[in-house]
Amino acid sequence: MIRSITRAAAFAATLTLIASQALAHMTEVQFGELTFSQAFTRAMPPSAGTGGGYVTITNTGTEADRLIAVSSPAAPVAQLHQMKMDGDVMMMSELPDGIVIPVGESVALAPGGLHIMFMQVPAPFAEGDVVSVTLTFERAGQIDLELPVAPIGAKSAPIDHSGH
Amino acid sequence: MLRNLRFFLWGLVIVVGIGATILSFLPRDRGFGQISFNLIDHDGNPITETAFRGQPTGLFFGFTHCPDVCPATLSEIAVWLDELGPDGKPLQFYFITVDPERDDVTAMKDYATLFSEQVIGITGDADEIKRLEAAFGVYSEKVPTSDGDYTMNHTASLFLLNRNGQFEGTIAYQEPMDMALGKLRRLLGQNAS
Repeated sequence: MIRSITRAAAFAATLTLIASQALAHMTEVQFGELTFSQAFTRAMPPSAGTGGGYVTITNTGTEADRLIAVSSPAAPVAQLHQMKMDGDVMMMSELPDGIVIPVGESVALAPGGLHIMFMQVPAPFAEGDVVSVTLTFERAGQIDLELPVAPIGAKSAPIDHSGH
Repeated sequence: MLRNLRFFLWGLVIVVGIGATILSFLPRDRGFGQISFNLIDHDGNPITETAFRGQPTGLFFGFTHCPDVCPATLSEIAVWLDELGPDGKPLQFYFITVDPERDDVTAMKDYATLFSEQVIGITGDADEIKRLEAAFGVYSEKVPTSDGDYTMNHTASLFLLNRNGQFEGTIAYQEPMDMALGKLRRLLGQNAS
């Protein structure tokens, strides 16, 4: 009896694992030769109006592309930035030349590194919301993406529960 | 010849001895971070260096318009406090703005209280904050962005002070959780002298 419960639990756990992997996979979006995954942003403190946007971009094509601009109806200012640690000092810089996506490579805009910088946001992003962004590429043109809003200190994209 | 060598060696012993004595009397790191200041806490009350004594304290310098390091670090603090449970109650964290131009008392309170009630925001006079930064060797500078706005570069380490307000060490940005917790437990285990 106990043994069959254990077995059932293990089976359920396996199913859940498969389901969550499938969902994670579903959050990947393909536009032409570019694949987008791990897209998210984070909830904002009430008065700051600043936040980072993240997405991993994979170039499956035969020519390099370059992310040159970003815009969002949710933020009057959206720029491409890079954060770097210089010893124990956090250094921020705007990337006026954009971000190159080499052939066959994935470039991660992720916490602690490259990111979309949302500024002067009038209504702070709230956990569970979705923020629309338009990414402009030199070759691929404009691509619309939706970034789910994760909790304030999140390090990765929220797990998608919409399919449950 | 041998005699000269002997003189030389004895001379060396004396020089090293005097040097070691002087070094042992120098306050090793104890002066680091020791400063008197007058700033404002996130409730609008005056705050001075005495707030950094009487309990183990963590200091983090940042700003509320910070997209990554500051919310990440303050969230970590909340996670550490969760992990420490009742043992972590005596810890007091201060979030000191390096951007007093934008971070007024309200902004600091809105921000700090979002993460934990054991985090208190500190703002105030820009020159006074610069003095406090200098005492901890903190670097900060404005970085203009193309739209006329600005962001900040700043030191991202968390400074740990013991119950006497003396500097004990730092927790680096993205330091592994178990190491950070180890440092906090050690700090909590120390008694005031």
